[in-house]
Amino acid sequence: MKDKSLKKVLVIGSGPIVIGQAAEFDYAGVQACRALKEEKIEIVLVNSNPATIMTDEEIASKVYIEPLTLDSLSEIIKKERPQGLIATLGGQTALNLACELDEAGVLDKYKVKLLGTQIDSIKKAEDRELFKNLMQEIDEPVPESSIVSNWQEALDFSHKIGFPIIIRPAFTLGGAGGGIARNEKEYEEIVHQGLTQSPINQVLVEKSIAGFKEIEYEVIRDANDTCIIICNMENIDPIGIHTGDSFVVAPSQTLTNNEFQMLRTSAIKIIRALKIEGGCNVQFALDTISNQYYVIEVNPRVSRSSALASKASGYPIAKIATKIAIGYNLHEIKNSITGKTTAAFEPALDYVVVKIPKWPFDKFSSGDRILGTKMKATGEIMAIGRTFHAAFKKAVASLEDRYTGLLHREFESMNNDELLKELYIQDDRRIFRLAQAIYNGNEINKLCLITKIDKWFVAKIKEIVDVEKELASKPISKELYLKAKQFGFLDDEIMNLTQTTIEKIQSFNLEAAFRLVDTCAAEFSASTPYFYSTWGEEDEVEEYKQKSQSEYKKAKENIIVLGSGPIRIGQGIEFDYCSVHAADELLKAGYESVMINSNPETLSTDFDIATRLYFEPMKSEYVMNIVKKENPKGVLVQFGGQTAINLAEKLQSEGVKILGTSLDSINAVEDRKVFEKLLRELNIPQPKGCAVMSTAQALNAVKEIGYPVLVRPSYVIGGRGMQVVYNDEELLTYITEAFKFSNEHPVLIDQYVEGQEVELDAISDGRDILIPGICEHIERAGVHSGDSMSIYPSQNISRKNEKIMTKYATKIARKLNIKGLMNIQFIIKDDKVYVIEVNPRASRTVPIMSKVTGIPMVNIAIRAILGKSIRRAGFGVGLYKKPKLVSVKMPIFSWQKLNRIDPALAPEMKSTGEVLGIDTTYKKALYKAFLAGGYKFSKSKQRVLVSLNDHCKKPALPVIKRLFKQGFFIMATWGTHKFLEKNGIPSKMIEKFMIDKLQKRMKNGRLSFIINTPTTGKNSQHSGFQIRTIAQMYGVPSFTSIDTASAFLRAYKVFDKNTVLTYDTITNYRKKNFIELFK
Amino acid sequence: MGTLILQDGTVLKGESFGAIGGYEGEIVFNTSMTGYQEILTDPSYAKQIIVMTYPEIGNYGINDFDFESNNPALVGFVVKNACKNESHYKSRENISGYLKSKNIVALEGIDTRSLVKKIREAGTMSAFITSNDLDDDFISKKINEIQDFKIKGDIILDVSCKSKYIFNPKGKVNLAFIDYGAKKGILASLAKRNCRITVFPASVSANEILENNYDALFLSNGPGDPADFIFQISQIKQLVGKISIFGICLGYQLLAIASGAETYKLKYGHRGANHPVINLENNKVLITSQNHGYAVDIKSITKSMRPTYKNLNDGTLEGFEISGLGVYAVQFHPEANPGPEDASVIFDEWVNIMKKKLNKINEVEDER
Repeated sequence: MKDKSLKKVLVIGSGPIVIGQAAEFDYAGVQACRALKEEKIEIVLVNSNPATIMTDEEIASKVYIEPLTLDSLSEIIKKERPQGLIATLGGQTALNLACELDEAGVLDKYKVKLLGTQIDSIKKAEDRELFKNLMQEIDEPVPESSIVSNWQEALDFSHKIGFPIIIRPAFTLGGAGGGIARNEKEYEEIVHQGLTQSPINQVLVEKSIAGFKEIEYEVIRDANDTCIIICNMENIDPIGIHTGDSFVVAPSQTLTNNEFQMLRTSAIKIIRALKIEGGCNVQFALDTISNQYYVIEVNPRVSRSSALASKASGYPIAKIATKIAIGYNLHEIKNSITGKTTAAFEPALDYVVVKIPKWPFDKFSSGDRILGTKMKATGEIMAIGRTFHAAFKKAVASLEDRYTGLLHREFESMNNDELLKELYIQDDRRIFRLAQAIYNGNEINKLCLITKIDKWFVAKIKEIVDVEKELASKPISKELYLKAKQFGFLDDEIMNLTQTTIEKIQSFNLEAAFRLVDTCAAEFSASTPYFYSTWGEEDEVEEYKQKSQSEYKKAKENIIVLGSGPIRIGQGIEFDYCSVHAADELLKAGYESVMINSNPETLSTDFDIATRLYFEPMKSEYVMNIVKKENPKGVLVQFGGQTAINLAEKLQSEGVKILGTSLDSINAVEDRKVFEKLLRELNIPQPKGCAVMSTAQALNAVKEIGYPVLVRPSYVIGGRGMQVVYNDEELLTYITEAFKFSNEHPVLIDQYVEGQEVELDAISDGRDILIPGICEHIERAGVHSGDSMSIYPSQNISRKNEKIMTKYATKIARKLNIKGLMNIQFIIKDDKVYVIEVNPRASRTVPIMSKVTGIPMVNIAIRAILGKSIRRAGFGVGLYKKPKLVSVKMPIFSWQKLNRIDPALAPEMKSTGEVLGIDTTYKKALYKAFLAGGYKFSKSKQRVLVSLNDHCKKPALPVIKRLFKQGFFIMATWGTHKFLEKNGIPSKMIEKFMIDKLQKRMKNGRLSFIINTPTTGKNSQHSGFQIRTIAQMYGVPSFTSIDTASAFLRAYKVFDKNTVLTYDTITNYRKKNFIELFK
Repeated sequence: MGTLILQDGTVLKGESFGAIGGYEGEIVFNTSMTGYQEILTDPSYAKQIIVMTYPEIGNYGINDFDFESNNPALVGFVVKNACKNESHYKSRENISGYLKSKNIVALEGIDTRSLVKKIREAGTMSAFITSNDLDDDFISKKINEIQDFKIKGDIILDVSCKSKYIFNPKGKVNLAFIDYGAKKGILASLAKRNCRITVFPASVSANEILENNYDALFLSNGPGDPADFIFQISQIKQLVGKISIFGICLGYQLLAIASGAETYKLKYGHRGANHPVINLENNKVLITSQNHGYAVDIKSITKSMRPTYKNLNDGTLEGFEISGLGVYAVQFHPEANPGPEDASVIFDEWVNIMKKKLNKINEVEDER
């Protein structure tokens, strides 16, 4: 039963989104908080990530948006005195912090009980040696391995075992720093990297069992020792590729009952031996030609896989894990789906689920696409189908890539031998190469041998390819159309392949049917509002609506909220925040909300959020199927990022009402020419620019604008493909690349104004606008707004310019009749304000601005969209008053996960997440931001490497002076050294090509950080690139913008002064403001 | 194109992937996601048409190791998608070939979820399954015919062994076992725990069992309505108290009736691998494999029958014992096959009880 002594519980979040730790922990954290709320327990929440829903004041009683450090948590515990701590829902970050708090004696001192799984169990699962010992004790097989903490030990192991060897560092996220080594050279490199990245300098080296099937079990155990399996999952990719980077299917498809139960029994044996109380994930390797299996890994907490399992099965793992943590047993918890049964059951699926990772390689074209034991995906999509064919095909469409199908043009043109050779490459495009190889008629068994993918999956893909061939060779008929739809083909694909018209297809009079995800394969009558589409079957939406009518009898109409699809760079969790709030506010306004999304990690795809959830690809055809079923008042596209915006045109052409800002206005902003004209009419300055469709046009345009120019494709997410170019040569290279990527949309060329970048978000009802605040970027223009640090309220902008920006924003909003949210970016140069970008939709900064100002932006936007004046929202109009608090947003990058990517800041966005530092002064907020970002400060000052390009030397001088004054020892490359010498700053010259020496310094921790502004010439860029890449490998910060470096030095000063930080809730930080205002 | 006709007039068409022909049967559904081979060969499904709720069936083919009996006793098999390209190193033929060779009619391409909902709402129905595309006249004739279908009262004689045999002759615990249509998994589970099992046909008399001085008696699973098996119940009545008796599924139901309780038909039964039962003694939950259409009425049990397990989903009785008389029985399948192995502890407990008794006898004999 419930532990009655718990009145107040501390929940630790997972911090910024990085590869390997994404939105799944926001989903888990929110579920946890809701479960605690149900029990009337007061929640103290700490998370440094402001884009999350869990940091909303509605979710927890006390929300601390503070750095996730031992210091901050100790202070917060001291202040709040919670009786319990939940650390198993905030990923590896929270788990590691709980261990630190325990070791530091903080938990004991303040009598905080760790709820759920205990430290001892966590350590047994996480520490490689302890885990291995435990497995041996309970007679569970693990691959031959050794824990090593230096190179010699690693070498000894390799002599004994031979290659290939897998390297896994202890206690790192998503296997950061690990990999597979095929020879000694690779081995040395990966072992070193792993030793550096492991917080305890330990790596596991292990006999490779690449090629085995990889199977996962999601297990829950309670204190009563009841164990249940929520779901098992099979990786389509065999062992060797990180499960986060694998195509995954749930439930397992190729296991006999004996194998399924053998692993299930083993998983339960393990979770019992570990005494887990809550959720746990067990990964197995299973031989393909015998019963031999190995236990690969155990995660003693909820994970990405458990979020996937929750969505795949309908079973809310995090919620139940929380109830267990506060003392309940599974059979004491009511099953909210059936309303009658208990949580002690195992879901039965009557559909197939496929997950595909979303990788950032479309953005990082130079990135290393090879997949291994280190996770590289930023997000994932999930699709549900009644058969594997449909689920797989829908999953591919959900990726929102250039191709919706399995056959990609680039492989079609490849000769077969070449293709088969490439098929050995394990990268993100492997499945599509496989599909092409099947299409080419290669034997299935041969392809299985090459890819090590089970024949079952290869044959299924062949069955899909066969339908594609059938479509291409036969006239369309009703039967063939239905078959293709049941295989998951899109109408566009069918029309292309069969050369048919939409009228012909419509004449068949067939439509999609929606089925319910109910955890029990229809054995019991359930009413989960969770649907997926299929073809040729009965529809269950009407039945569901009738069953639940009494609940929603008041709602008049429904409105569809389009989600934002998979998490990717430039389109992250912030849009999920917006979608969830939109759905919530619609309910409050008396509407039913209908959510459509394809991302299993997020809260928006929790069936508890909207009135009804459709788990479907974010493609117009799928949305239209739902529109036909729901007959909504309209569709909201402004909360789902560019994904949703991109659907607007097609939906409107099919007669769907786009609510809020009109499609014309959206297009007006996206279309350069129209937008330029509009600003000119409004008398708003803008950098010179134009749109070009060819290289000739580009060269002409530049003649008029003058270098440097900013070039980018139109219709972009996160500034993909954006670059500053300085001459014709660079321009031509860029343009050729850009048109290769998309030749339907023009390339935009703008004058590059290097000034102060400023950004604001606003809510508009078409007449009035409310601007919660204006943010000032720390880095000067040229760095993508998502990658720059930004300060709110602005510290260096004149009242006059603030007024000007407010005026411009109002003019634009009125002119475009903006209804809802809008984001505008400005540059101020020589005291002149230019508008550089308008986004007629929710932006990345909406969650932050909502939290720091207390203005519920999405909620007000929804009301404005539904016709209410924003004057009635109670926050006035125009620019909202400034609070006393200062917040600094800091972007967070996932460099350690991605090889061969230049960490230099550029107009193209590269960060995966963000943290927020909040305090009463700018300096302290800045210091907190760096702390939250994981930067280390040390009293003993080390060396700093400085290498500046010519362009930056002069503006950098004051910063380097401060660097010297603050006691750092400066090493500089030749040109920089000469320059500093001339200006009286001592430095030691270092040859740029002495990479080895630098590497040694970084390895030994004798290099604090690097200031390296990238040059644009190709050759020197290479050595800078190398230095930066090595730095990220060793976790040495490298600043590529002099402004970031300057901010870091400022934060260092705060540290040097022994400033004592205090921590407070976001509510109190804001209140401080008001108290002082009324004084 | 094959046809499936339900008692309520529902007609569904699907692709035939099994034998040519047509059969009447009782239509039921199973929610297991793996284990179709075990399900196909479980004799408790005699004269039934099984609908699998999991849509992809046949994925790993048919192997030599996972049979629960030599010949399937069901008459029809209905799935959403039957696998044509199975994959498993143990597989020796695909599901379609197997069903054809065993003369089982099977249909795929059926909207199984809707069918299951129908069965759930209307209850278990009689049905007709055929590999032929029937015309409307034939269909309406068939609908009339199947209204009176009932699984016959001596069905267990069809699926029981025809004569006595010994399984695992080297075992130490000397166990008598009545085969009402036993799954091989039960015999294997007992053999693994060192039992020497003398398997009797369902027609065995109480005397024949008592004559040979077995350490204990085991009553197997099997098909049909337990109340129909009057002869078997009467024999069990004569055995209770004279020998320790353990029962699973039908064996449990027969023991309950013999002990004075009553059974009733569940609306649509329990068939699957995810049924939670709670041990009423220690509140531990087991996820169990189940396959039964009848239940022991919890209100009808006698004072001496102590309930041991209950189903967490619908509260039905899942186990009882009369310790004074040495009667132990569960409704679910501790042998799994298919399904979770959680409940295998019950075999351990039971065989321990048998062994203890055996030790006592040995001790007594030693003293002599």
